Amino acid sequence: MYEIRLHGRGGQGAVMASGILAAGLVAAGKHAVAIPSFGFERRGAPVVAYLRTDDKEIRRMTNITEPDCLICIDPTIANSVNIFAGLKPGGTLVQATVKSLAELKLPATVGTVGLCNAVKIAMEIFRRPITNTLMLGAFARTTGVVELEALKQALRDSEFRDAGLEQNLTALQRGYDETEVHRIERRVAA
Amino acid sequence: MSTATLERSATKPRYIVCEGNEAAALAVALARPDMVSVYPITPQSSLVEHVAKLVADGRLDADIVDAEGEHSVLSVLQGASLAGGRTYTATCGPGLAFMFEPYFRTSGMRLPIVMTIVTRDGITPQSVWGGHQDAMTVREVGWIQIYCESVQEVLDTTIMAFKIAEHHDVMLPVNICVDGNYLSYGSARVEVPEQAAVDAFMGVKNVNWHAALDPLRPMGVDPLTGGAGGKGPSAFVRYRKGQCQGMQNALRVITEVHEEYARCFGRSYAPLVEQYRMEDAAIALMTIGSMTGAAKDAVDEARQAGTRVGIIKIKTFSPFPIDALVAALGKVEAIGVVDRSVAFRWNCGPMYQETLGALYRLGRHVPAASFIGGLAGADMTVEHFHRVIRDTEALRHGRLSAGPIWLNEND
Repeated sequence: MYEIRLHGRGGQGAVMASGILAAGLVAAGKHAVAIPSFGFERRGAPVVAYLRTDDKEIRRMTNITEPDCLICIDPTIANSVNIFAGLKPGGTLVQATVKSLAELKLPATVGTVGLCNAVKIAMEIFRRPITNTLMLGAFARTTGVVELEALKQALRDSEFRDAGLEQNLTALQRGYDETEVHRIERRVAA
Repeated sequence: MSTATLERSATKPRYIVCEGNEAAALAVALARPDMVSVYPITPQSSLVEHVAKLVADGRLDADIVDAEGEHSVLSVLQGASLAGGRTYTATCGPGLAFMFEPYFRTSGMRLPIVMTIVTRDGITPQSVWGGHQDAMTVREVGWIQIYCESVQEVLDTTIMAFKIAEHHDVMLPVNICVDGNYLSYGSARVEVPEQAAVDAFMGVKNVNWHAALDPLRPMGVDPLTGGAGGKGPSAFVRYRKGQCQGMQNALRVITEVHEEYARCFGRSYAPLVEQYRMEDAAIALMTIGSMTGAAKDAVDEARQAGTRVGIIKIKTFSPFPIDALVAALGKVEAIGVVDRSVAFRWNCGPMYQETLGALYRLGRHVPAASFIGGLAGADMTVEHFHRVIRDTEALRHGRLSAGPIWLNEND
């Protein structure tokens, strides 16, 4: 079982991204369950979505408190939410940011980091800071948990059509191509 | 969100990913109702939006009525059902409360309306989140109530619901209870049956044969009965007894329809009571709805550690499957009953209360404890079920809790 927690803000499409990612994983023959967090979500407020994937049926319909991976589609959300809570040691962070690795404050649990300047790319593609599909490309690049092609297929099977579909396919590809992946070597704490 | 289309090209994938609300809507479309009535604002869910979209896209050939409130929603469907239509709606929480008067009438008039309850906790203390309090509050109104564990089961059971409701030995309305939040907005892999296969499964529609709003054969429907004079008492007893008999018949029909569904579509579910790893179980957890998945994962881990524990999951809550539950209890020495709502009068969970009644039929004393969790959207995790297992094992060895155990008390 591989567990992912997506962090974003209302209106950026974190919940939708979790659905597309689940569809991509299922298209690749895996099981996936995506559950959004619940509340009065409104534009700009912190939003969380959970996603589990496994080769076998997933039975538990619960939130995720100890994720293997964090996908953070908003550059500033870490200022208002402790996105790293419960991250498994050696876990992965896929972060939308303009910053370099050295500029990020990361806890010792983070083992792999994928960085994507997603807002800049989104403004070029959509003229709006919609980073969700971009960050799915970044996730595919960073972890290899899902093939880029499976995500593209999930987008084609979704309700995206015509120009919107083309823009999002471009966003997936550019998110994949323009993500820097860093492995952080750490001594295991005694 | 939607990642699904019902009709697809030759490259149609075997599976789609959709949320429970969309799975229910797809099932409704496959069952081909004639009329859907909804009150499409708060408190509603995306379920009726999905249904409305299927109608708008021409994938569901049903009349859709946006009524002015939930009371009217069910009243509209009563007319449609009496006119011979297959009918559907969805509601939850305060909407269900507002439709209570026609809700009571629907079962009394033996109208096979199918209604999803996207279950919610009560409105006060202020809450908009999931729980079973709404559905459990109306458990004694003569509707069949069936709870689902997974998104796939929501789809499959919603199709079956129409066949169960309309069976001539039943003729009762059915609630499919879908856990608010966790199932309604939880997305998972779902296999959608072919329309032709569902048509063959459903057979010829024959909804209204016992009473009809038909100008060519006028008849009185739901005449005044009861009172203390004339034929009133006997007529009332005949109607009421028939309702109770319909509920009892439903136990058999629900089982038969599940068996037939398994033959047609290859997916099988325990229709009344599921037994999970109960072969040699010394203790049993009782669960209902989507909490069961985490309970199964916890039981697998406890079994690895040597605890002889199993699960008895109630799928059909109304009519309460007394015989199936008594059979499932077998030789267990203690049970922990986990509810997602409360029975205020007994200071326990409603399923626990019902189980105490069934234990009388068992004819031997089995210590039982009431666990209450998942209220107002709270998570029920594998760790919570490990606690239930530990406490039930302790109960087996004589340590009895004074009151209900509140699983999220310290969350």
